[in-house]
Amino acid sequence: MADSALRRTPLHDLHKSLGAKMVPFAGYDMPVQYAAGIMAEHLHTRAKAGLFDVSHMGQARLGGAGAAPALEMLVPGDIVGLAPGRMRYTLFTNDSGGILDDLMVTNAGDHLMLIVNASRKHDDTVHMRRHLAGRATLTPLEDRALLALQGPAAAAVLARFAPGVHGMAFMSGAATAIGELPCFVTRSGYTGEDGFEISVPAISADRLARRLLAEPEVMPVGLGARDSLRLEAGLCLHGHDIDETTSVVEADLAWAIQKRRRAEGGFPGAAVIARQLKDGAPRKRVGIKPEGRAPAREGTEIFGAAGAVIGRITSGGFGPSTDGPVAMGYVAAAHSALGTPLQLMVRGTPRPARIVPLPFVPHRYHRG
Amino acid sequence: MSTVKYTKDHEWVRVEGDTVVVGITDYAQTQLGDVVYVELPEIGRRVQKGKEAAVVESVKAASEVFAPISGEVIAVNAELSGEPGRINSDPMGQGWFMKLRIANPREMDDLMDEAAYNGFVEGLH
Repeated sequence: MADSALRRTPLHDLHKSLGAKMVPFAGYDMPVQYAAGIMAEHLHTRAKAGLFDVSHMGQARLGGAGAAPALEMLVPGDIVGLAPGRMRYTLFTNDSGGILDDLMVTNAGDHLMLIVNASRKHDDTVHMRRHLAGRATLTPLEDRALLALQGPAAAAVLARFAPGVHGMAFMSGAATAIGELPCFVTRSGYTGEDGFEISVPAISADRLARRLLAEPEVMPVGLGARDSLRLEAGLCLHGHDIDETTSVVEADLAWAIQKRRRAEGGFPGAAVIARQLKDGAPRKRVGIKPEGRAPAREGTEIFGAAGAVIGRITSGGFGPSTDGPVAMGYVAAAHSALGTPLQLMVRGTPRPARIVPLPFVPHRYHRG
Repeated sequence: MSTVKYTKDHEWVRVEGDTVVVGITDYAQTQLGDVVYVELPEIGRRVQKGKEAAVVESVKAASEVFAPISGEVIAVNAELSGEPGRINSDPMGQGWFMKLRIANPREMDDLMDEAAYNGFVEGLH
């Protein structure tokens, strides 16, 4: 049943015409899968290229001479040191070192480009406006779509329309044109594969998407495969693997706090995070490989060898590329060593599992 | 000719003497998407009409399969553990879940015939 209260992306008609199964997600009517199905879409993305509509995500411009130092008041990433054209993953933290949202920041020359989660974009806007007033100018870009082209063939496909993208390194961005359509392209993504995210005016989005889908390597891919791809890649989903109650250190995202920021602090929760970096955090996010075929879903309780609950799964499902169940979750620090045997309580039955390194599928980013 | 009947939860039963074969419908497998795991009941277990009898998992989620009628489980489709995709490719045939010995034949009267089920599915769109 169509829900008229749901928002639509500029590609809504295209999704319908491609036979997408639509579901509500973060207030939007979004394609969870197309006719091929999640399994085929996932495997195709790892083999060739998948096109994702991620227009529900929040795009914003942060301008003003002091935009980078201003943003550093809210995130632990080194934004001042981000060279023009470079991009970085960072986090909005709270005073206890928890994670309000995760985001991508690109130095676009005279301003910063931010990409935040759909479910958090309203709160992020309020948060930035409250704390950055007078220091930087936030402009949400509501009239732009965002497409992700992901997979080993993504660069060859995109270069047919924008030859310059071949030379881009992973985590870099540039204003360019795809054919005659002006876009802001970053070599980035959230699948573990090489690929691009393309910010395009809403009015051009349908034309761009159809152009890319007309290439033989490209298949439309929905949110279902986006989720299984990012889980295999060991990447966090806000509201599941990370939230206000999980500290940056517990989430094993301390790599996103660059050296200068560790030394200087100056972001919400810096004291808590500094203490946890020194003394360790009480729990840690880990990769979990269930034995056998049964997936262990989000919320599944994790038991240690002594039979006590030591944690909980935060993302779990079936990994099409690993051809088996995969999961992530938090366990007490004392039980977080690689190889630690666990029991997962699935529908009342304990099932053996093991702590394994992340990612489940090696990242294949283009380091340039 | 064998009689096939359907539930509003999108299970089917095919009557074979005093037993029935149980599976999920083509509509159900389409809604689930690619099946990656199935949990079947133990042989000898007595399942109750409308209560959970099996679990089917797609990439995305786990779903319960309810017993269309009450009865004792006398066989399960062991092939599904190695090839759960049979539920997608042949839901009314090789993708069957279990066989039940019918406990109460009158419960069959509560199920829909094919025309009624097709009409019910039409109404869902």
